[in-house]
Amino acid sequence: MLADDLRGLYYIALKDLRAYYLKPPNISWGILFPFAFVLAFIIRNPGDVGQLVPGLIGLTVLFSTTSMEAIVITFERRIGSLERLFLSPVRLPAILAGKMMGGMIFGIAITAVVAAISLILYPASHLNWVMLLVTVFLSALSCSALGAFVSVVVKEVFEAQTLANFFRFPMMFLGGVFVPVNNLPLWLQVIARCLPLTYSVEALRNAIEGASWRIIWMDLAMLLLFSAILYGLSVFVLSKRIEE
Amino acid sequence: MSEIIQVTQLTKIYAPQRDTAAIRAVDALDFSVQGGEIFGFLGPNGAGKTTTIRMLTGLIRPTAGTARILGMDIDRELSRIKKLIGVVPDKSNLYEELTAYENLVFDMQLYGVPRIEWAKRAEKLLERFGLQNKRNTPFAKLSHGMKRALTISAALAHDPKVIFLDEPTTGLDVMSARRLRKMIAELRNEGVTTFLTTHYLEEAERLCDRIGIIVKGRLVALDSVEGLKKHIQSDSTQVEITWQDAENQVVTDRVEAVSAEEAIQKALKTVQGKNIISLNTLQPSLEEVFVKLTGLDADVMLAEKGNGKGK
Repeated sequence: MLADDLRGLYYIALKDLRAYYLKPPNISWGILFPFAFVLAFIIRNPGDVGQLVPGLIGLTVLFSTTSMEAIVITFERRIGSLERLFLSPVRLPAILAGKMMGGMIFGIAITAVVAAISLILYPASHLNWVMLLVTVFLSALSCSALGAFVSVVVKEVFEAQTLANFFRFPMMFLGGVFVPVNNLPLWLQVIARCLPLTYSVEALRNAIEGASWRIIWMDLAMLLLFSAILYGLSVFVLSKRIEE
Repeated sequence: MSEIIQVTQLTKIYAPQRDTAAIRAVDALDFSVQGGEIFGFLGPNGAGKTTTIRMLTGLIRPTAGTARILGMDIDRELSRIKKLIGVVPDKSNLYEELTAYENLVFDMQLYGVPRIEWAKRAEKLLERFGLQNKRNTPFAKLSHGMKRALTISAALAHDPKVIFLDEPTTGLDVMSARRLRKMIAELRNEGVTTFLTTHYLEEAERLCDRIGIIVKGRLVALDSVEGLKKHIQSDSTQVEITWQDAENQVVTDRVEAVSAEEAIQKALKTVQGKNIISLNTLQPSLEEVFVKLTGLDADVMLAEKGNGKGK
């Protein structure tokens, strides 16, 4: 059974990438939005953008990863294609993991381009590449789990995008992208600590500044925890939805 | 012949929702399907046909009762069962962006068909279902009939022993429906056991070895087509007699009696001395059987889903 699950996971991710990466919501939210965002900051205040690089990379991961989930889960559920996967020998947790993997690969690819542009324009002399890669991977994992959760609780693609924005926009302003979390009022800091992007941005900043692993392990652990909780919830909700 | 599907007291009750009470969609079904046969599951829309298929294929869990497919329990050995069955849902639900060929290959990838087989099997299925010219056409751009044919071929891609077909010809034009029925009939020759749900009486009569009639979640009859007809034949027999009257006009009349002999004698008595053209004992149609057994109007089967298209 494990072999069926692993094989299914791989082919589901591959099929999703081939079938959906050029879908309009993916292009607008997953590709154009992060690029437009980066460009807007560079044009407005080129001197300060270096400070914003970790936040921009974090935002790119968030938007590019979650935009794919709305299509590969909500859209397929609406047209009935998702049911084909449930009829196969691949079990539900592996199906959802395959869906998340497609989103992660797409998100990481877009993020790699944004990160490369940002780091060429604003070189980071102490950058820890391994730490950056691990952080981007775990950020993509948690964002893709968030995208999966949002996509299984609604029925339509536009609802998934709207609900995703309900989480994404507060994260944009509270996750430490523009203002360090420690500068926020205490009650907003509490909210910020409940958002995965906060830990992504913190870890990315540390990776770019070349901090030690001892400082960021907590951020990485929190990203893993968010991923596990959101993935578990998504599996639970989707299994209930099939029965409806 | 072995029993490929065994269903015992299978029941599905949907929990009450905000605006609806609990629904007993399937109520204590008992039946079995023999190896290699085409088993028809006949009933009006909402009778419980799709719910039964969804339980047998593991999409939803039964509230009570059990079922075994190929000797394996659907509750405990579902993953093994899934490898050996193919399912064609009532909606053609392949991936719109993938081509006909890619859809077939993706299905084989999911079911663990060896890579070396992919191209060979896909090409064979495309040819068999007359889709070789549409090999590289995205599913979204195929006609309704072609989509249905490709959905069936995708269900066969991993070489299943049992295939579940849920309303395979609903909404198809006459020619496409006829072509598909021919393909379904061919499955029997290959030893594939077919579980077919339909609300087209004529389709069931033409294709199925045995038919189960389900109404409001309960199985009201189960027999071969001939067996079902005998149920109502035992009450009475009709003969149709045609003759020429004094003005050379052709006249046809029907006479009913408790036995064929009595009906024939009665018919002959009514046309004594006239030029008889023909005299036939009438077989009841499956439609008459359905009406008699369920108490429902046969139109109820055509009024919903697809408006009787494809008949």
